[in-house]
Amino acid sequence: MKPVTRISSRSVVLNVNDVDTDQIIPARFLTTTSRDGLGKNLFYDWRYAADGSLNDGFVLNDPQFANCRILVAGNNFGCGSSREHAPWALLDFGLQAVISTEIADIFRGNALKNGLLPVVVDPETHGWLVDHPAADLQIDVRDSSLTLPDGRKVHYPIDTFARFCLLEGVDQLGYLQNNEKAITEFEERRSWKP
Amino acid sequence: MPQNGRTLFDKVWSQHVVVPETDDTPAILYIDLHLIHEVTTPQAFSLLRERGLRVRRPDLTLGTMDHSTPTVPVRNFRDLAIVGEDAARQVGKMQENCKEFGLELHGFDSPNRGIVHVIGPELGATQPGKTIVCGDSHTSTHGAFGALAFGIGTTEVGHVLATQCLLQRKPKTLAIVIDGELQTGVSAKDLILATIGQIGVDGGTGHVIEYRGSAIRSLDMDGRMTVCNMSIEAGARAGMIAPDDTTFEYLRGRPRCPSGAAWEAALQRWRRLASDDDAHFDREVRVDGSALSPMVTFGTNPGMVVPVSDAVPDHGGDPSFRKALNYMQMEPGKAISDIAVDVVFVGSCTNSRLSDLQQAAGLLRGKKVASGVRMLVVPGSQQIKKQAEDAGLDEIFLAAGAEWRESGCSMCLGMNGDTVAAGKLSVSTSNRNFEGRQGVGARTVLASPLTAAASAIEGKVADPRKYLEANR
Repeated sequence: MKPVTRISSRSVVLNVNDVDTDQIIPARFLTTTSRDGLGKNLFYDWRYAADGSLNDGFVLNDPQFANCRILVAGNNFGCGSSREHAPWALLDFGLQAVISTEIADIFRGNALKNGLLPVVVDPETHGWLVDHPAADLQIDVRDSSLTLPDGRKVHYPIDTFARFCLLEGVDQLGYLQNNEKAITEFEERRSWKP
Repeated sequence: MPQNGRTLFDKVWSQHVVVPETDDTPAILYIDLHLIHEVTTPQAFSLLRERGLRVRRPDLTLGTMDHSTPTVPVRNFRDLAIVGEDAARQVGKMQENCKEFGLELHGFDSPNRGIVHVIGPELGATQPGKTIVCGDSHTSTHGAFGALAFGIGTTEVGHVLATQCLLQRKPKTLAIVIDGELQTGVSAKDLILATIGQIGVDGGTGHVIEYRGSAIRSLDMDGRMTVCNMSIEAGARAGMIAPDDTTFEYLRGRPRCPSGAAWEAALQRWRRLASDDDAHFDREVRVDGSALSPMVTFGTNPGMVVPVSDAVPDHGGDPSFRKALNYMQMEPGKAISDIAVDVVFVGSCTNSRLSDLQQAAGLLRGKKVASGVRMLVVPGSQQIKKQAEDAGLDEIFLAAGAEWRESGCSMCLGMNGDTVAAGKLSVSTSNRNFEGRQGVGARTVLASPLTAAASAIEGKVADPRKYLEANR
């Protein structure tokens, strides 16, 4: 994973609550055996009409939001399935952070492991962000802060270990492998064996 | 001296901590059973191959194929036609990966193939006190046995394959206490739908649920699995139920369960797992089981749910709510019983077990699926298919005009060619009514097997209770 230190971008707002992973990437695109190139299927059924034409009314199709790296979404973003294809698709599309008032557990874990930053903010800050699309935002991982265009800083919660892994680009599998001795000892000492 | 009572979750968690968590690092948690299927593993196996790693504990890894696999009835599994090149490649990869890494796979030639969350319990691999993971959010199902079971992403699938461990922060606990006797026609599905309606689709975020109370105790294992299965629909990665005699009787004699003296030792260990009387939960919610009705969803998430006898609620100006009603083509105030049905699906890891099929068949016996309605019945496993056929359930379904299929996830998520057409309304015993879940533009109403069967007969979303009362 590439280190993630700071994200500066304008925001794109998708203020829908409970956006589930079936919307982020529909199940019919999960037959892939690769993790690459999923961005073209991101929000497929919202981006495209039934005949395959572009849905002009969908915010990610609006040229003024092209190249925005920060998605401001409604409450409980990423609920539903455990498909890691969801963060893969968001990243491949070019998004690097999702801001919401709540982000679903499995999605949040998957996002962090791939360098997609989940940012949970208070309802007031969220309300401001929703009312101000295309706002120039800065998200800093080092002090876990979001800076609004007027310079106001809000801090967002992030697990210390997850932040360390983002900043250093640490691979968590390597960390687990370094604990091989402890794992073997655990297997030997447990009173019952699965 | 004050007691420090521990919850079922605390006990299972603490028995699996390899390295305790600190402020700076999450716990390393040992995994006793890793269930794998074709959709969320190929990228993990690729990583293992890139790094020259082996699967650390093939003996704790169990594979099946369920999501991308066809359910069209065939005489011989060799005749199965997988829908789509990508799906066929994915299924092929699963077979290759399991062979190369030496893993037990219940493929097309296995009489034990089925939905991953059906076969784990069926084989007795799912046991109380185990930690169980799978690259699938409905892994919460296995919590019905008093296991700590949760869905993981593909990166974590790779972690477990390589190290048999996961990095985890300890979640909070939420007790959902459901007392009272369920009325006739009200099943485990209605109970969990009502609960999600009460706490919301994010009501369990950050928590492990323990379902408690007399209504839970009186459920059979199939019903308990239905309840725990949908924990994730309330945002909770895991839902658990304390193991008891119902659990033990279900497991006794299953192929992967211990036997003889080892069974007795396991029983002793399992009986100690239940939460202590003075255990502390971070939150507690109560649901009155005796007041519940058959429940159906009307919107595009499982929390948008009402009694089948009610009307579609008003959106109250909420744009997300209005968007859901628009998608579902639902008018506020319209009686649920006036909603016309195109497709009925009985199946999925939520409701495809023998008792689910028995309930649907019991209501359909001697009746016909309404003209113009397509009904699909998909057993959860090849074993359940056989048990149902031995009991003559297939004949009841076929005589009523329903389709009787091979096992798989099927129309729950429409990855295998079993889909609902755009604009059509499906009454489904599955777990998600998200937009497009069962097919592009498909509209899903979640319901119990009883409600699904009644709806098939009437061609409208129907209350099953009138049929049950008539049969008394």
